[in-house]
Amino acid sequence: MAIAKRKFDSLVIGAGGGGLRAALQLSRAEATVAVVSKVFPTRSHTVAAQGGMNAALANVLPDNWHWHMYDTVKGSDYLGDQDAIEYMCRAASHCVIELEHSGVPFSRLDNGKIYQRPFGGQSQNFGGDQAARTCAAADRTGHAILHALYQQNIRAKTHFFDEYFAVDLLKDDEGYVLGALVLDIETGEPLIIEAKTTLLATGGVGQLFRTNTNARINTGDGMAMALRAGIPVQDMEFFQFHPTGIAGKGMLITEGVRGEGGYLINKDGERFMERYAPHARDLASRDIVSRAIAIEVREGRGCGPRGDHVLLKLDHLGADVIHKRLPGIRETAITFVHVDPVDTPIPVFPTAHYTMGGIPTNRFGQVVAPLGQLVEEPVPGLYAAGECACVSVHGANRLGGNSLLDIIVFGRAAGNHIIGYLQENHYHRPLHADSVDRGMQRLARWDQQGDGESVDNLRMELQREMENHCGVFRTAEVLQDGVVKIKAIEQRLQHARIKDHSKIFNTARIEAMELENMVDLALATVISAQARQESRGAHSRVDFPERDDVHWMKHTLFFKEGYKLDYKPVRTKPLSVDSFPPQKRVY
Amino acid sequence: MQFLIYRYNPDTDSKPYMQQYTLPEIEPGMMLLDALLKIKASLDDSLSFRRSCGEGVCGSDALNINGRNGLACITPLKSLKEPVEIRPLPGLPVIRDLVVDMTQFYQQYRAVKPYLTVHDPEPEIEYEQTPEQRDRLDGLYECILCACCSTACPSFWWNPDKFRGPAALLQAWRFLADSRDQATAERLQDLTGAYSLFRCHTIMNCVDVCPKGLNPTKAIGNIRKLMLKTQL
Ligand SMILES: Cc1cc2nc3c(=O)[nH]c(=O)nc-3n(C[C@H](O)[C@H](O)[C@H](O)COP(=O)(O)OP(=O)(O)OC[C@H]3O[C@@H](n4cnc5c(N)ncnc54)[C@H](O)[C@@H]3O)c2cc1C
Ligand code: SF4
Ligand code: SF4
Ligand code: FES
Repeated sequence: MAIAKRKFDSLVIGAGGGGLRAALQLSRAEATVAVVSKVFPTRSHTVAAQGGMNAALANVLPDNWHWHMYDTVKGSDYLGDQDAIEYMCRAASHCVIELEHSGVPFSRLDNGKIYQRPFGGQSQNFGGDQAARTCAAADRTGHAILHALYQQNIRAKTHFFDEYFAVDLLKDDEGYVLGALVLDIETGEPLIIEAKTTLLATGGVGQLFRTNTNARINTGDGMAMALRAGIPVQDMEFFQFHPTGIAGKGMLITEGVRGEGGYLINKDGERFMERYAPHARDLASRDIVSRAIAIEVREGRGCGPRGDHVLLKLDHLGADVIHKRLPGIRETAITFVHVDPVDTPIPVFPTAHYTMGGIPTNRFGQVVAPLGQLVEEPVPGLYAAGECACVSVHGANRLGGNSLLDIIVFGRAAGNHIIGYLQENHYHRPLHADSVDRGMQRLARWDQQGDGESVDNLRMELQREMENHCGVFRTAEVLQDGVVKIKAIEQRLQHARIKDHSKIFNTARIEAMELENMVDLALATVISAQARQESRGAHSRVDFPERDDVHWMKHTLFFKEGYKLDYKPVRTKPLSVDSFPPQKRVY
Repeated sequence: MQFLIYRYNPDTDSKPYMQQYTLPEIEPGMMLLDALLKIKASLDDSLSFRRSCGEGVCGSDALNINGRNGLACITPLKSLKEPVEIRPLPGLPVIRDLVVDMTQFYQQYRAVKPYLTVHDPEPEIEYEQTPEQRDRLDGLYECILCACCSTACPSFWWNPDKFRGPAALLQAWRFLADSRDQATAERLQDLTGAYSLFRCHTIMNCVDVCPKGLNPTKAIGNIRKLMLKTQL
């Protein structure tokens, strides 16, 4: 049976903020664009982002992009690439203004300008006083941005393939990426989408961990597609644990709460962050606050009957501020823990949140890999942006408010670079049938009948093992054990079966393919973590407590084949300013 | 806990039926979505429904729950009478089980041109908007397009192709209410005619069911008022 085919100039996989920003750039340039998303675009996870997006607009306090750059480099624990960081921080203000012009309903100051709130890790004047750099639409900034971008794409007549699941990339023998094989979830029919360029914007893989702040759809599909196409993933050992997920449940309570003046207390009512970060206190970087909470709990100063969490206090902000600036988290706290933060503190604990690692790209969004002689060569026709990519602007630890910025800046940059590529590459390259076979086999594999382990049990086991073996604090022994356990799950997955073999809206099959993707990324994460013998940013090794710039100031690359690791240097040279050399990180 | 769930797979079923499931263990604080996920994981992987965020912000899992539209992920099990009867959103074609075809709903949304339209050249800084002007967008921009409201609206059931429905009209007002938007005349023009706006008989079902506490009826009233004012 012949598989149906569609042809576009450009294919964008993922309709979160990253994908939609790129698509908008392309549609406005009159390229034909197909956006494929496994959920209707406004259901993408960007919708859940709360606190805001960083840009040195200086609407509230003095600010400039260079200070923002310094904070981001320091926040990254000097693993971020300084050319990309300079580019992002310089572009930030313009990108926020563009969003505002597209209709984003930012909160406002009395003078009519965009409201900005303080967030963690922000400073004025290279490490001085707290800055207020995060542009916010109450605590629903992601929702506001995602909807506005979708709306402008409607206007620009972007083609949407809603509820299509991307299975695999299509490549030719010379390594060009020529589109993707996708599955129409509604009908169960495969479809080939041919395109001169393909952009992966599929988001992160928060579902690797049992308690996480992420949506169920955040299974890292794009990163796994890249791995299967022979492309490595970079810096996967750096997974961010957000200090304030609702304890035991995982829903996020934005850092914006602490930005507005909320703070953490232990069972003695002590504002313990003063001990860990005397200057920035509750607004220290996330890795630092998360470790502090974990230590408080471990040393017996946790709250609740089991002493397994700390409390986030914000009642002193007053009902007005909470209603105006934090209505969404109030709703969440009431719904999920029956706590109204207007009078009662919220129980919180560090929760898996953000994938710093991802598909290696340069600052134009081109996917780069060691293809031949060089450590970084563009993979022709392939781009990546957003949480699935690793530019790397976040290095070992992302600052709050920098991810919405990342997806917009690099979604846009990728769009622009693609426009240039299309001007030089007028024709689709021929697609050979055999490149489609691998993806079709992947689909067929789940038609196998008979008994086997359940996909859902394996998923839960994977999440538990990752939480136990690759959490906030790590050691060689525990990681080694984790590698063994995850490899065993990889083996068992070969024998898993689903019972539902029908075509129409078969979500069991989708979940099975998502689990395949997650297992590959779990391996990438533990194996990269086991190898890295130092503590940097979110990767905290009890057996190697210090950062080791001599041996480890370099990016990890993990390949699927043979679980191979490779390394490449950090780009310490910015575009125009002086480099920020590594220093001890104090907040 | 007992559940009665609407099942229909066009591949194999000639007509829909209700299937009973029992979950022996219900933990405190469990939401209806947790129960559905548990049923799918442990009893029947062929049960099909949409879900994503699990916290009431993405709008994926709107269902008809004991006769009332709502989001499964923020509906506590303990608020529900047994057996919990779960059906797809009413009035839209069923694709499979609890999954409905939302095309008409989305088309009505697109039809109100839900995007900020400004004719003047763009300044290099943000458009200014006072906090009071911005306040007018509260209660409008938060819509998650879950379709609880439109699929509870009798006027939408009878004319889903012509009546815009509460969700789309709420968005129409969201842009009319935005001090930055410059397409008021066109927007109002698009909404004249017997159906697109005036099929609303202020029955308020939409307001009752909106999981985000939004008020489409009021928005519709505001559009009507503005129409009258501009005609005078
Ligand atoms: C609760 C929460 C709050 C946050 N708050 C903030 C904040 O305040 N500030 C900030 O800067 N950052 C925040 N973040 C981080 C930020 O929101 C995300 O990193 C960012 O939105 C990711 O955007 P994205 O476009 O890369 O991916 P996503 O928005 O995750 O979109 C991924 C897209 O890819 C599609 N997709 C995935 N796999 C497939 C497939 N196989 N086939 C087809 N389509 C596929 C999905 O359907 C979706 O459309 C927050 C994150 C969370 C979890
Ligand atoms: S008030 Fe109007 S829009 Fe709302 S349910 Fe009734 S008829 Fe429908
Ligand atoms: S108005 Fe409310 S019920 Fe209607 S689609 Fe929006 S959020 Fe859902
Ligand atoms: S799963 Fe997102 S609203 Fe319920």
